[in-house]
Amino acid sequence: MKVLEKLLSHCRQKSPWLFHMNSGSCNGCDIELVASIAPRYDVEQLGIHLEGSPRHADILCITGPVTYNTLEAVKTVYGQVPRPKAVVALGSCAASCNAFAGSPTVVGPLHRHIPVDVYVPGCPPRPDAIIEGIAKAAELLGHSERRPLTDEDVKDIPPCGGCEAAAAEGEEPCR
Amino acid sequence: MQVTTAILRLLIFPGLFFAVPAAWLFLYIERKTIAQMQQRIGPPLLQPFYDFVKLLGKEPLKLGGIQGLLMRAWPAFSVSVLIAALALIPVFPSKGGFSGDLILLITLLELPSMFYMLAGFTSRSIYGKVGSMREASLSLSSNLLFLTAVMMIAVSAHTFRLSELAVPAASPARWLGLAAIVLCIPAKLRLNPFSTSSAEQEIYSGPLTEYSGSDLALWELAHGLEWLALSGFVVSLAFPRTGFKIADAGIFAFLCIALVVLLATVAAATARFTIDRSVRFYWRWSVALAVVFLVSAVVFKG
Repeated sequence: MKVLEKLLSHCRQKSPWLFHMNSGSCNGCDIELVASIAPRYDVEQLGIHLEGSPRHADILCITGPVTYNTLEAVKTVYGQVPRPKAVVALGSCAASCNAFAGSPTVVGPLHRHIPVDVYVPGCPPRPDAIIEGIAKAAELLGHSERRPLTDEDVKDIPPCGGCEAAAAEGEEPCR
Repeated sequence: MQVTTAILRLLIFPGLFFAVPAAWLFLYIERKTIAQMQQRIGPPLLQPFYDFVKLLGKEPLKLGGIQGLLMRAWPAFSVSVLIAALALIPVFPSKGGFSGDLILLITLLELPSMFYMLAGFTSRSIYGKVGSMREASLSLSSNLLFLTAVMMIAVSAHTFRLSELAVPAASPARWLGLAAIVLCIPAKLRLNPFSTSSAEQEIYSGPLTEYSGSDLALWELAHGLEWLALSGFVVSLAFPRTGFKIADAGIFAFLCIALVVLLATVAAATARFTIDRSVRFYWRWSVALAVVFLVSAVVFKG
């Protein structure tokens, strides 16, 4: 059984399939993600493959600061990715809301709503950085003690600065 | 025909034990060729194997009831039907093989596309339904050409028996029929420019949108087996036999791989047709081929 588990873990690292989702991004990161998938960088060498359906994916690449309108979609798509899965937050917006922090229509950053495994900061990040981030996420997928992610994992994520500020003002935090 | 021979053919050669690695090899050649066309290095040799094992280890479909049962059944049916088709392909023409004929082989080659369509409708996803409808109209038009070509080959050889079809030297009617079949293969394999049914820029993954885990792995495997079965079918009717089994097998494998490289090159070099354009393409060629077929039947009567 040990051998089979090792094989499975190896195959998971060698075959990360992506699903790309925009949660209200300005499109800058999306262009860079598409550029990193294009023939110039040849990510197929790492087994990386952009998939059409979240149900086929292992790694969810999310760009944008998570707007009010996209929140439900982000949660739904996260639920549709079968376990084991990893989330890559692309760009500064997904990490910290960047220039959109404090906007009434922005409910991010991403880790308030779903567990994030890898951050790729940058506005926008370079394709090299994106590929490195995806490769890191693929490495995480291979660790058997990490899977499967449960709702418990989501609960343990500490509240972000925005949530603490909201709690201090007596408002309800987002999670 | 002996039961043991049949079981050996289904399970060992050219069945499951041989066909699965060969299907992975063909998937690799397809992806590698496309990568080379784009001046990339492309995936490692074991990539289809990695994908398959990884998908087996993913969380399975959570659907219950009839819908879940059917969705799990379609890919399994596709793989088993294709393995049966592979066992029928006359690489070494002999009397001792399966007692099937061309009609059975065509049926077995056609069923996976039917299961693919049914998978889209069973998933109840809107993208799946659109993909299935596109697959249905494409299959309806490409099969017209495909079946005309198969009829032409069978009539010119005066037989439907696979072992007899594979033996004689190829005639002009045979070459024309085979060329028409090669023209149909991109539609049957959902390759560019006839990849409308799985156009991820428009309808996500088409009929397979709702699939995940081991069922998706079986669909990937079925795609590789389809490559193997269709290229094997064309090549087994085309190449002249030397009489030496090892030489025959070598030529057969070489020509199959050459066909895969050719079709993958075409796929990499073309853009996707819209559905009405692909349908029109096949109807035009079918009419042309049908006219040639009728004329040759009248001219070379008897």
